[in-house]
Amino acid sequence: MKHDRKEKNRRKSTILFLAAAVLILAAVTAAGIILEGTATETDFSRTNLAPGTGGLFGTDWMGRDMFARTLAGLSLSIRIGILTAAVSAVIALLAGTAAATLGRRADAVISWCIDLVMGIPHILLVMLISIACGRGFAGVVAGVALSHWPSLARVIRGEVIQLRQAPYILVAEKLGVSKFQNVRRHMIPHLLPQFLTGLILLFPHAILHEASVTFLGFGLSSEQPAIGVILSESMQYLTTGRWWLALFPGLALVLAVILFAVLGERLRQLMDPSSVHE
Amino acid sequence: MRLEARDITFHYPGRKKKPVLKKFSIAIESGERVGLRAPSGRGKTTLCRLLAGYEKPQKGQVLLDGRPLAGYRGACPVQMVWQHPETVVDPLLRLKDTLAEAGEIELELTEKLHIEEGWLERFPTELSGGELQRFCLARALHSGTRFLLCDEISAMLDLVTQAQIWDLLLKESEKRDLGLLVVSHNEALMERVCTRVVDLPWDNS
Repeated sequence: MKHDRKEKNRRKSTILFLAAAVLILAAVTAAGIILEGTATETDFSRTNLAPGTGGLFGTDWMGRDMFARTLAGLSLSIRIGILTAAVSAVIALLAGTAAATLGRRADAVISWCIDLVMGIPHILLVMLISIACGRGFAGVVAGVALSHWPSLARVIRGEVIQLRQAPYILVAEKLGVSKFQNVRRHMIPHLLPQFLTGLILLFPHAILHEASVTFLGFGLSSEQPAIGVILSESMQYLTTGRWWLALFPGLALVLAVILFAVLGERLRQLMDPSSVHE
Repeated sequence: MRLEARDITFHYPGRKKKPVLKKFSIAIESGERVGLRAPSGRGKTTLCRLLAGYEKPQKGQVLLDGRPLAGYRGACPVQMVWQHPETVVDPLLRLKDTLAEAGEIELELTEKLHIEEGWLERFPTELSGGELQRFCLARALHSGTRFLLCDEISAMLDLVTQAQIWDLLLKESEKRDLGLLVVSHNEALMERVCTRVVDLPWDNS
């Protein structure tokens, strides 16, 4: 009985953690949207203040509050992350199922595309697509969305191929279960955990790549309060001892990314068929 | 009714030079219980899969009453009971949901197979192989079934359960005039159950 109680607690604590993580991320996103005005407000009477006297995270060389800037940047990053991860996941779902169901030739073409995109370093591909799409918001979203689908597409392709030949699905067909019912009852419940986990594990990648491509100057324009912009600007002030300009935004970005990664991992444990009864 | 394989040749993809079956013909009449005998790896299961319509022969036809098997819509009159029951039930569904897919199963049948009511609330992993096999048998014996292909269905069961299952199958097949194809390595069982025994030819060339 003792064993039983422990397992129940793990499930509960996981759900609790998931709720808390979602809440935090949602709060950061909302706060960032609200603080967007404050983040761009300049106050030249309060420039270059260290954390403490100049607010929680200090102020920068134009007197902007770094706390508001960080939150706004993080919020923008999270929104871009969610958008690009969603687009990427949809592309992966379509490409994966198409490869598995449309015959050998389609499979060869899609698999070749997967290998091609996987073969180019992510950051390079994101930069190229972003430049081709005219940089800015649209460029970053297109770049990240079009470069992150292959690994998930590969997983889905394999899963669908396996499911199509699964004896229990063949038998159900033989017993007169319709194609649609088969997909709904037997395929989606097996595919959904993989898909959702893949989707959430795409977030941290998307956020990081958005920030790094912006940092390198190929992404969002410099007037937007993005983490990448903040970091690249504060680089020039690091040597003059203004460490808070880079430290807090960087830490915030790392924390958000870790939160998303752990969220995906916990969710996988919760939904994976092999550990669903734990 | 008559289930018939006419001159079928079958090879798995990429192994064209070594067909599993070559111009093989077999016919099963309703009420007949045909035994199928061959050493391991000679295509007994493959023949079952072909007759049940899970695979398509490269040459030849599988006919049910003279009509190709693929032409039958809905629940197929030819059902196969697999050697490994744990592969043919969805691991994420409770057994009652899986059973519901086969349409109405007579209560009498599940009772005769000693399937307990409580099992149906469980997941497949929570049942033993023998229990699952009886469950699969009940599912395959839905009201529309005319032919039953039994691929080593009792190899992993204890003797008492084996006896129960075959006793029930004999009675059911007589009552409903089913045609049976019995694949087994057990000579004594074949002798007891089957009306005739067929050997799979082996072409080693």
